[in-house]
Amino acid sequence: MSRVIHKFTRNVPHWQPRVVPVDLATATPEQLEALQVTPSNTKVSDYVLTLAHDVESLKVRSPLFNAIMYDPGGMSRAERELGAIAASMVNRCVYCAAVHADRHAKIEKDDSVTDELFAKGEKSDLSPRNRAIFDFARKLSEAPSQAAPEDMAALRAAGLNEEEILDLILSAALFGWANRLMHVLGDPVRQEETA
Amino acid sequence: MSIFETTTLDAAGITPGSPAGTAAETRANILDMGQAVEAAVLRPLYTGGLAHDLRAALAARIARLNGDEALALRYLDGAGDKAALADPAEPGEGREAVMLAFMDKVAARTRDVAAEDISALQAEGISDADIVKLCELNAFMAYQIRVIAGLRLMKGEAA
Repeated sequence: MSRVIHKFTRNVPHWQPRVVPVDLATATPEQLEALQVTPSNTKVSDYVLTLAHDVESLKVRSPLFNAIMYDPGGMSRAERELGAIAASMVNRCVYCAAVHADRHAKIEKDDSVTDELFAKGEKSDLSPRNRAIFDFARKLSEAPSQAAPEDMAALRAAGLNEEEILDLILSAALFGWANRLMHVLGDPVRQEETA
Repeated sequence: MSIFETTTLDAAGITPGSPAGTAAETRANILDMGQAVEAAVLRPLYTGGLAHDLRAALAARIARLNGDEALALRYLDGAGDKAALADPAEPGEGREAVMLAFMDKVAARTRDVAAEDISALQAEGISDADIVKLCELNAFMAYQIRVIAGLRLMKGEAA
């Protein structure tokens, strides 16, 4: 049995697709190539197998995702995760929020920021720099027109340089993308032990 | 293609040598890959049940739902006979109406999307593969629209 999770948590749930993922046994050569399936690597998640229905975008999507979240320079890894968390909270993507809150806590070796965010949302008590980052990412995620010149000014006042601001825009926008796949195409579920 | 010719930097009006342009050059790989995904979701080789003109109309509709008329006009060029669907006030008919309602909800009320929204598409005979393709198009547009809006703010304009 499994039940759908509705509350934000750092305990990463299982993702259950609402559509039938691509079956490796009947996958096309293009799909196998994009999935990088080899005889020694046949473990592919249901999420990636679901996205394999659109093989052309899948091929570019993973390297783009990794570049935005992990390429060196610019904004710190933890602050990029904060942009991802803000978007995922706006869009209520419980799965994405869990994965990235868990990463944030591990990078920072501190649970307090994500505990606070999951408990109080936009009313959280945050450092001035985290406040500016979270608010900008939240507003850009709600609707692009919500993010205003004052929010940009707040980022600069909090000490972010142009490269860091660009990385924040990219990470928040990337989760506008990821949330519309994860939250729309599947459910976050907790598998329950059956007696 | 120079990064300044990508849809994102061109639509935001970011020029070489400007503060935002200089920052963008440090992330040239990301801007190039974004342009590659635009081609993959708007003009793919394997269209499935979603022809290029329909995809262009849906992209323009999502840009308009987000108040970006200039970006909508770029996509409208490719919408051909489907151009009417790019108007968010157009509800469509039958199967197309179900598809449009789904796309509008995913674009603007993402948090409210539920399992029933997917089963409504399936009930219209829309294949799971096309449902994934619709979501990728919608999701990519959410990204591109937000990158453009953020860059405009960096430049000192309202988003």
